[in-house]
Amino acid sequence: MAARYDRAITVFSPDGHLFQVEYAQEAVKKGSTAVGIRGKDIVVLGVEKKSVAKLQEERTVRKICVLDEHVCMAFAGLTADARIVINRARVECQSHRLTVEDPVTVEYITRYIATLKQRYTQSNGRRPFGISALIVGFDYDGTPRLYQTDPSGTYHAWKANAIGRSAKTVREFLEKNYTEESIANDNETMKLAIKALLEVVQSGGKNIELAVIRRNQPLKILESKEIETLVAEIEKEKEEEAEKKKQKKSS
Amino acid sequence: MALANILHGESVRFQTPHGLSWDSRPNDIGFESEFGDGNSFAFKASLNSGYDDGLEKKIEFLHGTTTLAFKFQHGVIVAVDSRATAGSYIASQTVKKVIEINPYLLGTMAGGAADCSFWERLLAKQCRVYELRNKERISVAAASKLLANMVYQYKGMGLSMGTMVCGWDKTGPGLYYVDSEGNRVCGDQFAVGSGSMYAYGTLDSGLRKDLTVEEACELARRAIYQATYRDAYSGGQVNLYHVHSEGWTRVSQDDVLKLHQQYAEDKA
Repeated sequence: MAARYDRAITVFSPDGHLFQVEYAQEAVKKGSTAVGIRGKDIVVLGVEKKSVAKLQEERTVRKICVLDEHVCMAFAGLTADARIVINRARVECQSHRLTVEDPVTVEYITRYIATLKQRYTQSNGRRPFGISALIVGFDYDGTPRLYQTDPSGTYHAWKANAIGRSAKTVREFLEKNYTEESIANDNETMKLAIKALLEVVQSGGKNIELAVIRRNQPLKILESKEIETLVAEIEKEKEEEAEKKKQKKSS
Repeated sequence: MALANILHGESVRFQTPHGLSWDSRPNDIGFESEFGDGNSFAFKASLNSGYDDGLEKKIEFLHGTTTLAFKFQHGVIVAVDSRATAGSYIASQTVKKVIEINPYLLGTMAGGAADCSFWERLLAKQCRVYELRNKERISVAAASKLLANMVYQYKGMGLSMGTMVCGWDKTGPGLYYVDSEGNRVCGDQFAVGSGSMYAYGTLDSGLRKDLTVEEACELARRAIYQATYRDAYSGGQVNLYHVHSEGWTRVSQDDVLKLHQQYAEDKA
């Protein structure tokens, strides 16, 4: 049945599906994992770094992008589509500053991106964007925000979320472990993001890229050394937990 | 645009920049790619095409007016006269020159009455749409920017509008002067119109930092009165508004002749 209703994007199937949009969501599920966490004074984005070929320059593969000084996003899905969306979003951030003399709120730019995506689910001859985006940042009143958009053009606010391959596993991990004390300070929030990614990436800290925005500060992408330090802390904590459990059992 | 169709000449169609938006539909999801933003500047057809011998345009406009607004510690005071003239004929003594854009934004009218009221009503619509979309009130800076951008597209086509956008937003009292030449200036006090110089004189001599609301109102009323006394094109009534944190309030409407008697009595 699906075969007949996925040709032109503007056609609904008899049971109310837009198959192109659903196929776009499948494309997203094939992309590498990205996780976003909203802390109290910090917002964290973590992505799974795909291993690069021997001759490829590592730096040119960037999945975390700055939209404006106080907003950035990570995506999962088709990189080329993401580039277009990011370009439009960056222009809109500046247009907003020019016209309204205020920086965008995270909700505004998310709404813009979502409206853009929706437009492509309702035009002739175009396919939807094959990306989901996690948009993080601080509004000018200092509130941290995290939003997620998907190819259908919907957007929601989240406290923590993951997109891409194994997003479900990561999200379940976050649902169990996102507590007041796990985001108590900046360091803990970063560790939570790394812990969430370690669940699904192979070979540990080398394949993780982490970026943070602190209030009134620009985006900072962590160096691999800093990530290694945090991973080491996490390993230590795990061992201490295991030790405690052993002692409890023996006593 | 309709106006462009009337004005013939080598006017180029406004183009949207190619790299950024490839759909020819009007872009209503954001502020990008407005007509004036593109790299191509449309050729502006002049009103007196070919017969420009240095004379100004012959269309009659109601420049005769006095409007003023100033910021003080308790907000913004806006005062206007109410006379409309067509040449030396007094067309009306009861014109409303303050346009209530929304409960916390005011716009004054100087220049072409139709231009002012049309564009400010359009601004009111845009402000309301902004409020609904973004779930918060529009700032005075943004409202005045929207108005300035709207009329800039018609620059050189004969619009005549000199307005002050006054309001209160989350950064406090706001006062911007916007005109059809494309000026948009933020300031603490403005007076616009043929009687503006007389108003400035009174205003400058009486303005202090620690004015109370009544003192500020009286100063504004006096400034308009003095302007109507000397300027033939201003008169009628003085309409006074006060913009504060809760919005604007209509303070008073006083006939200029009655004010004249009152001030004469005070002197004696």
